[in-house]
Amino acid sequence: LLPALTLSHPQGISVYVGKHRSALVRAGGSLAALQARLREVTQVMSFTASSIAAALSDRVPDGQLSPDARRYLKSSLGYEITFSLLNPDPKSHTVDWDIEGAVNRYVKPVLDKLSLVANFSVDSQILYYAVLGVTPRYDKESSSFLLSAHSLPHVINPVEARLGSSAASLYPVLNFLLYVPERSHSPLYIQDKDGAPVSTNAFHSPRWGGIMVYNVEAPASPQASLPLHVDVDMARVMEVFLAQLRLLFGLSREEVPAEFLLERPGNEGLADWELDHLLWAHTVENIATVSTTLTSLAQLLDKIGNIVIKDDVASEVYRAVASVQSAVTELSLGHLHAAFQASKEAVTSSERAFFDPSLLHLLYFPDDQKFAIYIPLFLPMAVPILLSLAKIVRETRQRKKEPTKMD
Amino acid sequence: CTSRFWFNYRHVANTLSVYRSVKRLGIPDSHIVLMLADDMACNPRNPKPATVFSHKNMELNVYGDDVEVDYRSYEVTVENFLRVLTGRIPPSTPRSKRLLSDDRSNILIYMTGHGGNGFLKFQDSEEITNVELADAFEQMWQKRRYNELLFIIDTCQGASMYERFYSPNIMALASSQVGEDSLSHQPDLAIGVHLMDRYTFYVLEFLEEIHPASQTNMNDLFQVCPKSLCVSTPGHRTDLFQRDPQNVLITDFFGSVRKVEITTETVSLDRDVAASESK
Repeated sequence: LLPALTLSHPQGISVYVGKHRSALVRAGGSLAALQARLREVTQVMSFTASSIAAALSDRVPDGQLSPDARRYLKSSLGYEITFSLLNPDPKSHTVDWDIEGAVNRYVKPVLDKLSLVANFSVDSQILYYAVLGVTPRYDKESSSFLLSAHSLPHVINPVEARLGSSAASLYPVLNFLLYVPERSHSPLYIQDKDGAPVSTNAFHSPRWGGIMVYNVEAPASPQASLPLHVDVDMARVMEVFLAQLRLLFGLSREEVPAEFLLERPGNEGLADWELDHLLWAHTVENIATVSTTLTSLAQLLDKIGNIVIKDDVASEVYRAVASVQSAVTELSLGHLHAAFQASKEAVTSSERAFFDPSLLHLLYFPDDQKFAIYIPLFLPMAVPILLSLAKIVRETRQRKKEPTKMD
Repeated sequence: CTSRFWFNYRHVANTLSVYRSVKRLGIPDSHIVLMLADDMACNPRNPKPATVFSHKNMELNVYGDDVEVDYRSYEVTVENFLRVLTGRIPPSTPRSKRLLSDDRSNILIYMTGHGGNGFLKFQDSEEITNVELADAFEQMWQKRRYNELLFIIDTCQGASMYERFYSPNIMALASSQVGEDSLSHQPDLAIGVHLMDRYTFYVLEFLEEIHPASQTNMNDLFQVCPKSLCVSTPGHRTDLFQRDPQNVLITDFFGSVRKVEITTETVSLDRDVAASESK
């Protein structure tokens, strides 16, 4: 704690949070005020009760969660990111976007920093004649077209059918769409709930991705030849897409109190402590997932007594248990990276064990079904056999008695 | 649809009509697993090849250009169905044949075919029992493969299929009670078979009036097809469902309305950064 902060910070700011893992706190007055400040700092930089509940979201009963606690992306081994350019009006606009350059310059640093969390793969596509499912309204005052906030949910579905999201990978896909409106619907602005146009002109859907509308300026002279050539300003676009990526992962700046000033993380996209927070949340989620998976697998085995567990399934279960135990110990010691790696291994092993195709309960007959199948076959056969056996037994007993009589 | 043979045309038409409604309300093919046990459109006995009609006088062809059947013909077995539900699928299965749902997904399951008290017949050779179905749903719940599940079944004695469910967040509708038969709707003289079942026919009439922004709720769906029209008594079960059916929108299951948020933040980027070298 420095006794006096430099006065280069504006008066209203009392905490400055750096982009690595440090924070400078200015506190005048009592120790109690300092304590309250420090508690706020730890809440921002570390975790709160609600973020614990969010990480464990599917194990917590519905009543205890805040309504938007389940919107962040679930922890997964990898994510696929797809950038799509939608051009519904190729006759009017020829749109060029330097997506490869933008990905290398702006997206790669962020993904490199996030590479600890998961594997990312990036692809891009351009779709022509892809329209929004919603017709925007014309607003005379601003002489522009407006998309109101309540029509936004219906925009995504008609487009999604054409996106062709990844036939190949099983990882969750994050779609980022850049929509260049048709000339007849330009300029197009998105309205928020209060009716004001949104500065970013973009919206996102939790666990799906984001859409940004890129307006093309009308040509200076009405006789300009069509199609207009448009060079997309990728930096502006990536600023929005990367912000949406952060929001999808749950790294938002909303809950930071007003007196905090956060250092800008630059092109890396996120501060070290934010990365720690993400790793921690995913580790907790992974550990919870593994414990419920293994518990339910054990319950399944209790229920269907004669399931055969193959050796590789058994070894996956052992590995999962060992990994989750080491994850918990590492987490309690504070070794976040080691705990995260262990939790990832635990999740992989437990999922492989639980979803093994050989564990289909249909393949194992319960005893009452066995009786139901075999009794109708064997009982009719058994009746004459048993009767003749009884007859034989009776005859031998009679023969044994008779010699005594004859004699 | 779980029945084979030409005279079970109506089961395929049922399923395709529900498929069409669900697509119209916004669910894309990547989110639909369609299983048809027999091919009616290209059946040698079909007088109008490449079509499946759901209305007499051939008003509506539900087998248009846009139908993506994921499991066809002999692939529709009880084992495959349970594998899709529980996710215990061989690793070589393509993405379109998997149910990739998570804990925020609402799932609609529609089954039709011939059934009896506690079972549904598959392919004329095997059956799925209500106990197996309940266990499969429990396995799904354990892995949180659904948020809420709506199960609709249109068979004889359909209500027996949902008697054994015990996992939370399941709502079920059936076309008839135990002991009753579900009847078919109308024969078409040109094609020569019955085209639809009554319960599904009236459900579809109801769905035709729903559009993606509609606010109609589940209680209206329960009223569809009263005994006077349907001859059988449709049933439903909502005790496992946590929300009140009055508050559940039809589009929660039949359509797809996503939650969106306006993006208010941006990341500030340094524009003059040279491209980083790839590792």
